[in-house]
Amino acid sequence: MAVTVKTFASASEAAGALSSDRSARYLGGGTLVMRALNEGDVSISTVVRAQDQALTRIDASGPRVVLGAGVTFARVLAERDLAFLHGPARSIGGPAVRNMGTVGGNLFAPSPYGDFTVALLALDATVAVQGGFGTRDIPIEEFLQARDRQAGTLVLSVSCTRPASSEAFRYRKIARIKPKGGAVITLAAHLPVTGGRIAGARIALGSMAPTQIRARAAERALEGRSLDAATIAAAASAASEGTSPSDNALGSAWYRREIVGVHLRRLLSGQE
Amino acid sequence: MSKIPLQFRHNGRDVAIFVDGGTNLLVALRELIGDMTPKFGCGQGGCGTCSVLVDGELHLSCLTLAETVAGRSVETLDGLKQGPNLHPLQRAFADHFAAQCGYCTPGMLMAAKALLDRNPSPSRDEVVEAISGNICRCTGYEPIVNAILAAAGGRISA
Repeated sequence: MAVTVKTFASASEAAGALSSDRSARYLGGGTLVMRALNEGDVSISTVVRAQDQALTRIDASGPRVVLGAGVTFARVLAERDLAFLHGPARSIGGPAVRNMGTVGGNLFAPSPYGDFTVALLALDATVAVQGGFGTRDIPIEEFLQARDRQAGTLVLSVSCTRPASSEAFRYRKIARIKPKGGAVITLAAHLPVTGGRIAGARIALGSMAPTQIRARAAERALEGRSLDAATIAAAASAASEGTSPSDNALGSAWYRREIVGVHLRRLLSGQE
Repeated sequence: MSKIPLQFRHNGRDVAIFVDGGTNLLVALRELIGDMTPKFGCGQGGCGTCSVLVDGELHLSCLTLAETVAGRSVETLDGLKQGPNLHPLQRAFADHFAAQCGYCTPGMLMAAKALLDRNPSPSRDEVVEAISGNICRCTGYEPIVNAILAAAGGRISA
């Protein structure tokens, strides 16, 4: 079925078109919206695009990193200053998907996709959106909890603070096919250390709930402690608390619950 | 619904077509331009057989909204051969028995071209990574990897 494609010069005009039409979807890299159209999704009757340079801007020079929503994973990988995000970016798709898929689109990618968003959730990213109400910044956790209701808003950019060291931010995607494949589970950990103790631990999980979630029980087990074997064991045993994974072709809910602690232990202990 | 005029470069030649809203690039290439070399596989971005180069970058044509390539350069497998001569990658695929059923071959060749255009002497791991978005259900990956390495002039190791 043919759809109406509306192309705008500015993000704000595109946001206006999105917020006024419930059957409109924003086209980023195409890996979600075109896929839906190819499958005959009749809920989409309008496709909105914006050719706004601001959406593809990267600001990676300072401690606060800003990625335009239209930045592709290939561009993240080409940016030396974004080394801490290279692992998550590389874990997505093959080269063609990385040339097309965008940081903003990944926020909407359903399980088993959305790996980059797991990393952003651990990094406590902020999502800048524009809707009928104007522009505002939303903490990524809040954004994800209300993701189903975000269709009428346009994501402009995501931003996060650069982790203090490569040790402080860790990422692991468990897939059955290497080097490419949908995730069985995805894990990311941000572990800032102050005076030898973890302060502000954030553990994020993908494919463990309908959207990416934080493993709060595991975070509590880490908070205020040093990253020793006992702490890691406590965090690992709490990893599945509060999760609600589903069965899919890549793994069962039971299997995901069984392995999430194992992989969290490996991630925290720096094991390959 | 009205048709949308679309112009772009197809294998070095300017083309002008009219597309319906929401038409993907694969449909535009196959049904409107008559270039049957990119194949329809999954329509989801999972198989890679529709791969083409857009301004030299590997893209999945089935997930590309046709009108986004307006004014850009699209290369498909059809543009690889030079007159009666096969491209070195095509020659290498033939010499190394890299095509079994052949359905994945157009995408494999374009993914390989995208790699060799920016990295003329890749390692084996880099070749594997470059074709990681392309699925061969005959599971003939070894001869494909060997063919790409041979085309690059690299040493083929077991």
